[in-house]
Amino acid sequence: MGLGAISVRGATKIYNPDEAAIVALDGCSMEIGPGEFCVLVGPSGCGKTTLLNAIAGFHDLTGGTILLDGEELSSPGKPAKPGADRIVVFQNGALFPWMTILENVTFGPLAQGRLAPDQAKKEALDMLETMGLSGIASDYPGRVSSGMRRRAEIARAMMNRPKVLLLDEPFRAMDALTKTMAHQFLLEVYDRTKPTVFFITHDLDEAIFLASKVYVMTTRPAAIKKVLEVDLPRPRNYKLLASPQYQALRQECQEAVREEALKAFTAGEREM
Amino acid sequence: MTDNPSDILPAGKSLPLAEVPLTEPQIPFRVKGPLAKWLTGTAPWLNLSGILGFLVLWHLLTTVLKVPLFSKLPGPLETIGEWFSREPTYGISLFTVEYYKHIGLSCLRVFLAFVLATGLGVPLGLLMGWKKTFCDYTFPVLELLRPIPMLAWVPLAILMWPGRETSIVFLTFLGSFFATLLNSWLGVKSIDRGYFRAAACLGASESQLFRKIVWPGAMPFVFTGLQISMGYAWFSLVAGEMLAGEYGLGYLIWDSYILVQYPVIIIAMFTLGVVGSLSSLAIRLVGNFLIKWKVKEA
Amino acid sequence: MIRLAINRQLKKIAKTVRSKTLRRGVISIAGFFIIWELCARFKVPVLGTVPSPTEVLRCLADQITEAYYWHSWGSSMVRILTGFAIAQLLGVPLGLLLGFSRKAREIIFPLIELMRPVPPLAWVPVSVIFWPSAEMSMIFVTFLGAFFTVVLNIVEGIAAIDERYLRAASSLGAGKSDIFWHVMLPASLPSVLVGMTVGMGITWCVVVAAEMIATNTGLGYLTWRGYVAGEFPMIVVGMLSIGLAGYLSSGLIRRIGLIFTPWLESR
Repeated sequence: MGLGAISVRGATKIYNPDEAAIVALDGCSMEIGPGEFCVLVGPSGCGKTTLLNAIAGFHDLTGGTILLDGEELSSPGKPAKPGADRIVVFQNGALFPWMTILENVTFGPLAQGRLAPDQAKKEALDMLETMGLSGIASDYPGRVSSGMRRRAEIARAMMNRPKVLLLDEPFRAMDALTKTMAHQFLLEVYDRTKPTVFFITHDLDEAIFLASKVYVMTTRPAAIKKVLEVDLPRPRNYKLLASPQYQALRQECQEAVREEALKAFTAGEREM
Repeated sequence: MTDNPSDILPAGKSLPLAEVPLTEPQIPFRVKGPLAKWLTGTAPWLNLSGILGFLVLWHLLTTVLKVPLFSKLPGPLETIGEWFSREPTYGISLFTVEYYKHIGLSCLRVFLAFVLATGLGVPLGLLMGWKKTFCDYTFPVLELLRPIPMLAWVPLAILMWPGRETSIVFLTFLGSFFATLLNSWLGVKSIDRGYFRAAACLGASESQLFRKIVWPGAMPFVFTGLQISMGYAWFSLVAGEMLAGEYGLGYLIWDSYILVQYPVIIIAMFTLGVVGSLSSLAIRLVGNFLIKWKVKEA
Repeated sequence: MIRLAINRQLKKIAKTVRSKTLRRGVISIAGFFIIWELCARFKVPVLGTVPSPTEVLRCLADQITEAYYWHSWGSSMVRILTGFAIAQLLGVPLGLLLGFSRKAREIIFPLIELMRPVPPLAWVPVSVIFWPSAEMSMIFVTFLGAFFTVVLNIVEGIAAIDERYLRAASSLGAGKSDIFWHVMLPASLPSVLVGMTVGMGITWCVVVAAEMIATNTGLGYLTWRGYVAGEFPMIVVGMLSIGLAGYLSSGLIRRIGLIFTPWLESR
């Protein structure tokens, strides 16, 4: 597998340039090392998703560039192009409801023509097995629990052996218990192949528990306010939550986020 | 895009349109909004080319090449010429009183039927959605009658009502009644149960519940229903007028067919389309005006 | 195991039988027929002119043994199926084309918007003039009834596809044809089926009226003949037959639809 180093250099995004302009990103820069688990936190509607979409190649930038392993992914005027080396797991989930779980998981390799159908099926079943999903391989997504759906979606992403995994608040709507399980599971997947992870969340505990670096964003237009190195040992487990080191990090993170959240709150921005 | 907009805009500020410095010269008259977008895009040319292409094809097939099947149909020039003529060959054009008499009478029938259907269908539908007992008693009969297409009622309608006029209005009424009723019912059903509970917790009385929850909550569906029902009203009106009318656009179409005045058929069809779309547009405008609380989802 | 399942089913049935809703339903239908009968017996103005249920039943019993009655069913069904099938064959590809290609939409859509508000029945005379045989013109009008509904539903269905699915697919490396076959087509299928069901309803409406206006076969004509010949119970028999036929054909479409969209089955 490749490296997966992402450099964001002065990324700027303005929606609707000719009418009421909304500056979503303003000169945002960050360097994400290969295999880094990077978590972004920040107030609602601050432009985190805009940045993620730019990296994923769903839209272009108004200014600045984004590089993946030194290769230009996105810059003004260059048409955005999604690719299988960076896979997105969406906020509300985007498993295709009209395909079974197995068909969803084999979709990537088959669409790229990378694997023969038999081979893809075999690999997918292995993947589902390791994720504890083999029981639901032939079910439609609409009929399994949301936790399973989310796991299946991560399985679908990992089938493509991506360099970068982009997750946009993937566990947002989950209850606290299911969430803990999902974290454990995501970390397992991460520890196995170490892709670069770009993870957006509002939940500070989630952020610190998962991350190797937490980026705190300012309110719109988004820029990096603070970077926290999370040097907690891996593999991590829930006992970590009680350690003083964790508490100190959480405190520091809380303060940085609170300041920005207050600004966003008084500005009364509608969530976009 | 060549220049970077962040150079124009002060960093970190989102400006409303008025404050953005205008770089282009001021033009006294400017069309704004969706219309401007449509006019400046490629769409108007493509839109027009579609319609023009159709007219040219129609002309070629009927008048120039006289392709077997098409040669019997009136061509576009003949039809449009007749329509705009001050002394039309067949007595119907934009400049004859007769033309407007047909339009007026059709509109009047639709209007009467539509008012009746709305006046009966909306309250009944709301009541059915709100009160389960009432729904239990009325729904089965409704389900029994609903699969019968409204136009199958034509002979019975003529039999039931004394004059032709009442039969046609009744038919038109039937066409729109079911759509109105069903959509009003669905409208109440679509209201989140939580709102009823919240209102009850806040001490709302039955009549308040109806005025503040049922009525506004069902409104979007009711208006969708009214738009559909307007379409159905015109639909059944044409059938009624063709079979039993003495005036009106449907009658005009049929009569012109019998009298071999083919261009008039096309004129009447086109007029029906225009009047029909105008009436749905009117309902949509009224609906948008009444349902201001509905936030347009981006 | 099986006995248990049967038992559970029986209990379910017993529960519905005892339910208030069902009892009220029976009362309401029975009441409807009784009022109808009484109206006819006592010659209530307007409603009294409708033949009574007993007369209708007697007439229906006669008709069921008549070949002509079944022949009417047959000719209406043939018209419906042919017109409907042609509407699907032309409407589905056109709808897909308009949904995917912006250019095609801009050229063709205004034309459709121009023709759509004209009620299908207004096409009857033009159709009769145009087509060499009455049967063909009948089928053409039927086709028109379903065609616009199908096209519009597909275009709307495609416009309503959640962007996430398209993004997910392209992110997984799907090309244009993959996106068409595996995302857009299945995602728009439910609205295609809705269009078909609505279209079927309109089709019956159109066929019935067209048969009354311009032919002498089919269920619509059967009903109209009842009026012209003064056999008034025939009118109601005709109406009921048309209602049943329409109900059966929409049910059929819904069934077929479920086969094609297994993921929509109750969750």
